[in-house]
Amino acid sequence: MQQAPRPGDSWRRRFWAHRSAVIGGGLFAAILFGCFVLPMLLGTNPTATSLLHRFEPPVWMEDGALANPLGTDNLGRDLLIRILVGGQVSLMVALATVTVAVTVGLILGTLAGYFGGWVDTIIMRVGDLFLAYPFMLLTISVIAILGPSLIVIVLVLALSDWVTYARTVRGSVLSAREREYVAAARSIGTPDLQILRLHILPNVLSPVLVLATVRAANYIIWESGLSFLGMGVPPPTPTWGMLLAEGRDFILDAWWLATLPGIAIMLTILSINLIGDGLRDAFDPRLKGGRA
Amino acid sequence: MSRYLLRRLLHAVLIVAGISVISFFFLHLTGDPVGLILPQDATREQIETLRRDLLLDEPIHVQYLHFVASALQGDMGRSIYTREPVLGLILERLPATLELALTALVLSLIIAIPMGVIAALRRGGWLDTISMTLALFGLSMPHFWLGIMLIMLFSVQLNWLPTSGRGTWEQLIMPSVALGASLVALFARLTRSAMLEVLGQDYVRTARAKGLTETVVVGKHALRNALIPLVTVAAMEFGFLLGGAVIIETVFAWPGVGRLIVQSILDRDYPVVQAAVMMLAIVFVVVNLVVDLLYTWLDPNISLGRTDQ
Repeated sequence: MQQAPRPGDSWRRRFWAHRSAVIGGGLFAAILFGCFVLPMLLGTNPTATSLLHRFEPPVWMEDGALANPLGTDNLGRDLLIRILVGGQVSLMVALATVTVAVTVGLILGTLAGYFGGWVDTIIMRVGDLFLAYPFMLLTISVIAILGPSLIVIVLVLALSDWVTYARTVRGSVLSAREREYVAAARSIGTPDLQILRLHILPNVLSPVLVLATVRAANYIIWESGLSFLGMGVPPPTPTWGMLLAEGRDFILDAWWLATLPGIAIMLTILSINLIGDGLRDAFDPRLKGGRA
Repeated sequence: MSRYLLRRLLHAVLIVAGISVISFFFLHLTGDPVGLILPQDATREQIETLRRDLLLDEPIHVQYLHFVASALQGDMGRSIYTREPVLGLILERLPATLELALTALVLSLIIAIPMGVIAALRRGGWLDTISMTLALFGLSMPHFWLGIMLIMLFSVQLNWLPTSGRGTWEQLIMPSVALGASLVALFARLTRSAMLEVLGQDYVRTARAKGLTETVVVGKHALRNALIPLVTVAAMEFGFLLGGAVIIETVFAWPGVGRLIVQSILDRDYPVVQAAVMMLAIVFVVVNLVVDLLYTWLDPNISLGRTDQ
């Protein structure tokens, strides 16, 4: 018998016992708080310029002041608030992309795996095509033509990544389809949709959740890369990639402008990767890495 | 073998055909590309020339077939501004991009494989912990940020390496390190888990039981088998390298196809963008084809769909 881990307490307990996953979860919660709640509490305007306070260094350096804890940029704008607000875009893009890509991948992967035959062939061959097209290039060429906007970026990122989910879903559906309880359900005339919902989908969700976590980290990097190239969400909304690109012009005078937004990205990706490792080990203890 | 080769070739051709369809329709995504391509103050004559170039008065499938026919003859259109043939522009810059991507790939493999092997052999030890923590940070770092940090440290502060350009080996160091860093992380993790799996296999136990030295067991029996999955992933990641090169080339002013793409997007020179993106995608398909064939040579156990097994 496969000891199907009932999605009840067991995997949650395994997740919470995973030390690095808890660290990652805590870090991610702090980042969410920082990006979405802290700006309201601080009340600083991320686009307010102050020419008297240009290039002020962070508070721990000589000449730093508590008014601008992470310093200011070439127009005297507060870097802390710009990093916090900039994170909102990155996190929302990642969440929206995951939602769209998972939905598409789930539907197409289920269709391919459950019905097989020509449906399977068509979906998977089209998928091969998307896999063969390097993501970043696909994204760049679409955005070059449609112009950057939040919706275009999300749709394009999702478009280039649905196949990752579809393949995983298809694999899980294929193996679930062969189980005795599915054959049993079919033999008593259960409709396809009900078999899918009750017997197959639960087997598919945990690998998809693990995958989505890992991919979400990638979307954040891609989004910041696009912003960095000037193909992200258009100004004046600050984004992490845009802050990096702006800071690059001042590496001689103000190292913090390019350095700190990058650290914000890194901490976010790190926290998501830690959560992903924890989820993977929690769902499938056999794959557990060597780390305690 | 020859049947497999044929099928694999056919597959690659189909993929390239699909890529050409995608690339072609991007330009027609919003209807009439003339408005997109030309600046607002374009002269009547420019508009007419472009309409004739793109055969816009023909039905769309005729336009596509014409696009393919000329592409097969090496004509992938002309730059809107310089009127230079696009293919020449791209081929001029392709060696620079390949040099960068290959250096990054080789560099990351050279660093990652020993890292992963040591981590697997010392599983749970401090070397394992350190290399896997490093790998986690490597995976979490945007490569263009790493590039800027390298410039700040080695060019601005220490004045050891040039910030940009191509020509000397010193100029190749930072871009390839920045591009390859996250691959080091990925490959090290992969090598580690593949090694752990292989080390538990019967033939490794047999090799040990025969009294072979640890070096022979690890180097000859375990590592060779552990490297097989790495080859496929490395080929898949070549696509990442080509895409990543777009940003890294911009950071380091590296005169490759990536920088050409970014520059052409800023200039709204879409025929160049279209052809360059398509060219990189084709390079990626060819690399994967070659690696797939190499794979069968590396691992004779793969049956290649032969029926006699």
